[in-house]
Amino acid sequence: MTNHWVDIRNADVILIMGGNAAEAHPCGFKWVTEAKAHNKAHLMVVDPRFNRSASVADMYAPIRSGSDLVFLGAVINYLLTNDKIHHEYVLNYTDFSFVVREDFAFDDGIFSGYNPEKRTYDKASWDYELGHDGYVVTDPTLQHPRCVYQWLKKHYAGYTPEKVESICGTPKAKFLHVCEKLASTAQAGRAATILYALGWTHHSTGAQILRTGAMVQLLLGNIGIAGGGMNALRGHSNIQGLTDLGILSASLPGYLTMPGQAEQDYSKYIAARTQMPLRPGQMSYWQNYPKFHVSLMKSWWGPAATAENNWAYDYLPKLDKQYDMLQIFDLMHQGKVNGYIAQGFNPLAALSNKDRVRSGLSKLKFLVVMDPLATETSEFWKNHGEYNDVDTASIQTEVFRLPTTCFAEEEGSVVSSSRVLQWHWKAAEPPGEAKTDIYIMSQLHLRLKALYKAKGGKFPDPIVNLWWPYAEAEEPRPEEIAKEFNGRALVQLNDPKDPTKVIRKAGEQLGGFGELRDDGSTQSGCWIWTGCWTTAGNQMARRDNSDPTGIGNTLNWAWAWPANRRVLYNRASCDVAGKPFNPHRKLIGWNGSAWTGADVPDIGATLGPDTGTGPFIMNPEGVARFFARKGMNEGPFPTHYEPFDTPLGYNPMHPKNPKATSSPAARVLPGIWDTFGKAEEFPHVGTTYRLTEHFHYWTKHSLLNAITQPEQFVEISESLAESVGVKTGEMVKVSSKRGYIKAVALVTKRIKPMQIEGKTVQHVGIPIHWGFKGLTKPGFLANTLTPFVGDGNSFTPEFKTFLVKVEKV
Amino acid sequence: MSSLQSLDIKRRSATTTPSPSARSAHAGEVAKLIDVSKCIGCKACQTACMEWNDLRDEVGTVAAGVYDNPTDLSAQSWTVMRFSEYENEASGNLEWLIRKDGCMHCEDPGCLKACPSPGAIVQYANGIVDFQEENCIGCGYCVTGCPFDVPRISKKDNKAYKCTLCSDRVAVGMEPACVKTCPTGAIMFGTKEAMKDQAEERILDLKERGFDQAGLYDPAGVGGTHVMYVLHHADKPSLYHGLPDSPKISPFVGLWKGVAKPLAMAALGAAAVGSLFHYITKGPNDVSKELEDEMEAKDREAQANQETAP
Repeated sequence: MTNHWVDIRNADVILIMGGNAAEAHPCGFKWVTEAKAHNKAHLMVVDPRFNRSASVADMYAPIRSGSDLVFLGAVINYLLTNDKIHHEYVLNYTDFSFVVREDFAFDDGIFSGYNPEKRTYDKASWDYELGHDGYVVTDPTLQHPRCVYQWLKKHYAGYTPEKVESICGTPKAKFLHVCEKLASTAQAGRAATILYALGWTHHSTGAQILRTGAMVQLLLGNIGIAGGGMNALRGHSNIQGLTDLGILSASLPGYLTMPGQAEQDYSKYIAARTQMPLRPGQMSYWQNYPKFHVSLMKSWWGPAATAENNWAYDYLPKLDKQYDMLQIFDLMHQGKVNGYIAQGFNPLAALSNKDRVRSGLSKLKFLVVMDPLATETSEFWKNHGEYNDVDTASIQTEVFRLPTTCFAEEEGSVVSSSRVLQWHWKAAEPPGEAKTDIYIMSQLHLRLKALYKAKGGKFPDPIVNLWWPYAEAEEPRPEEIAKEFNGRALVQLNDPKDPTKVIRKAGEQLGGFGELRDDGSTQSGCWIWTGCWTTAGNQMARRDNSDPTGIGNTLNWAWAWPANRRVLYNRASCDVAGKPFNPHRKLIGWNGSAWTGADVPDIGATLGPDTGTGPFIMNPEGVARFFARKGMNEGPFPTHYEPFDTPLGYNPMHPKNPKATSSPAARVLPGIWDTFGKAEEFPHVGTTYRLTEHFHYWTKHSLLNAITQPEQFVEISESLAESVGVKTGEMVKVSSKRGYIKAVALVTKRIKPMQIEGKTVQHVGIPIHWGFKGLTKPGFLANTLTPFVGDGNSFTPEFKTFLVKVEKV
Repeated sequence: MSSLQSLDIKRRSATTTPSPSARSAHAGEVAKLIDVSKCIGCKACQTACMEWNDLRDEVGTVAAGVYDNPTDLSAQSWTVMRFSEYENEASGNLEWLIRKDGCMHCEDPGCLKACPSPGAIVQYANGIVDFQEENCIGCGYCVTGCPFDVPRISKKDNKAYKCTLCSDRVAVGMEPACVKTCPTGAIMFGTKEAMKDQAEERILDLKERGFDQAGLYDPAGVGGTHVMYVLHHADKPSLYHGLPDSPKISPFVGLWKGVAKPLAMAALGAAAVGSLFHYITKGPNDVSKELEDEMEAKDREAQANQETAP
């Protein structure tokens, strides 16, 4: 979230799209209720189904799954055409006036630089035009035909209310209602928030869909203000923490990035990431990349990371390609992966295309499952009848099940969607032989280290030199690890301006990431978390919920990254002179000598408005981007592409260009094209989702949850039920190109047939929570149906849109 | 659940001795307010109810083809969510009306009036209506007497169960478990007056949002209730999964209470009139044949016991 849960109550308009906050985030949803009850907020829900969020909304608009980008593109077009934009904001805080390179082009769905064989782009032309001074050329009059504003108008001109009606199936009046309500927040003093989740990310164009949402918010001046923002509602309680710590294969902690194969040279790796300002006076915060990187290397390898060995740069793997889950399981499928550790992960149920995942697991020599529960993955080899119909004798994989503790059986921190790190204490003893993840991983590490020490190996250094400075090597304490993430001074730190002044004594915890250095004198395991455990103690354990300004920021409740800031980009809540756009919901303001207010300023505390420093300090241009430059793989401006299982078979925005039917830059692994369905065979649009009563595949193991939602079902419209001859409560078979499931039909008025491009499209709603383990009635894993393809940037599988066929059993 | 607590009792079933009245509920009578317009049907209240009251219903099925689960109130499910899909012709909008069902804690409780077993049903001075299962004879008259079809007879011990409004929690100054857990604040608890004030504010908001008929459900036919609803369509309560439009206690329960009971008590003894009473009051809420037979058997047994008593 750019903002935070409590801040939703400050919104005047709330759009829930690409998520179902009431269903999946009932506790956080209280702030939506609060905004409605005490801020007269208007709540709108756009979703293929009339869901639990819609049940308490002021307006619900249906949309065909996978067409969100057309809808949002048309909102952009509406705001530009009707001039419902926050002028001061877009002119000063975005790249509206920036001029784009002359060779940048967009032709019928494809951007310049496309290589159709490789399905990738040469992104050279995707950039601003630079002047002789090295800065971007701008035109503050916005008249330059190649300025971002003019490009934006041109790019979205075709995204009209009529197209929305035809492609998304959203009635024009409902679409215009959404536009008008959002437009009402283009003025200072009103705010709209967008709440989204997997309903946007689970598409082959997911990252671009949510970029489009962010663009809408930028046009309205809703980023950086109270009650505004782009708010990703995270699913697992600590999935934000996972992202922050860079557990994804191409990431390092704190959104630092892994080197690629071409980056064997440390100085080149660092130079490419140390971004210099693209406009005068900008902070370009990634200039500090070396400090964060070196402090991380010192954290991992301690004394072994030295200036002489480029801070152990050679210890880092250099990626030849992405190793996301789809890639790993494809390699497994090819027999190129021998062993796999599934730690708190149930890939048989959670990754797309179950049968393919199972065939991969069957080729492993060994599989280790670390989990508090007996997951489906740990029994992928066992025949569970129709639910998991395998020939056990033909599977040679050896499976080890290591029971782990649950969150309540250990202490530690959890990062919420609000970016708040909150400490929790152990509440119960773990049952049986369950061990903490820290214990198991430490044992594994110590044994591997001993083996490498005893027997050597190709390159033992990264393992044998891994710094392990814990009191109890067998099981480091969570607080030791938390303090290490925060970081400390490794030697005495003196003030560079006044060397007689000592800033930190050796060994002292650091107060913030501003203290990190690139000379090996500091250590921090995750720079954005520096400040969470300082000399003042564990900041995450703070429990003071006082809210002196009444805006809900509670700066003394736990601790938020970065720097305990609760609303990101909050400099943008003030005008150019530093005066809050909305004095009634002031986050910060310039008092003549400093930024002060209810939040930690997202700009140098004494960096005055006269410096012209922009609010988007992480971007080298200091402003937010409508034009993504080289940041995205599909192109700098989001464009609609059909899902890979498309009910249309062509891109209605670019009907004559088959190259632009589905995302031209999404990676389709070898052999996968044949696993996509065609509308002739599978005429209905399937979409998967969660129910309030359950959490993923965990709570089916819990009796209370099993009682409240006991058995698998699929939701279909009354007309689809009639056409396949089923009544509510009867069994149906739902098939895709990848497999089938059987479930009880729940016939509902909440799903309606849609007219898309002149043809009727029916949605089939498939809740995901059932499987062949647990206390609920046994069911089929929903991912049996879903395609083995993901977003072109994040590689998140397309769980939300795929083709199916419904039949009566 | 148990009378061994600090709440004062103002009414008891089938009892002629006066109830204690030296103390009174100084804080006023209590009420739970369920704001249907804020409810997202998450079933946290159901779960909290199961946890606090040590209830575990069967893991059922979804054969009914709805989100309602468990599908009905039972001796193990004292509250369930009811989901109704309503196509509002006036606005052209679909509405998904979600109502938390359970005991309404009537000010004039039909169950208590109908109950022939002394002290099996009580009403506390704060308005909560509670079953004292140790005194329950399992006759099922409370089921018949209830205008909301709430009490359920347990197959395990043949006694009647329903929501206690967490009288055990309320007695020590805590809110009911469902109120504490409700994530959206759709369930509120306080004095009846405070809850009415709260409802006023919510109704105003709903009217501003176009629900002209928004209102409070506190039906006069049962003397008002200690569980009230804020409804978007207060003119049509039955839209909410058959919430009675104007609930009343069956006139036969009134007759039984007012005239027949003292006479009958004198003439026959409490248990013996059971079957007669049951016969004349058997109204819209059918008791199953099985249950009826069982009840009659119990009546005969009770009569026999009385006849053979020394």
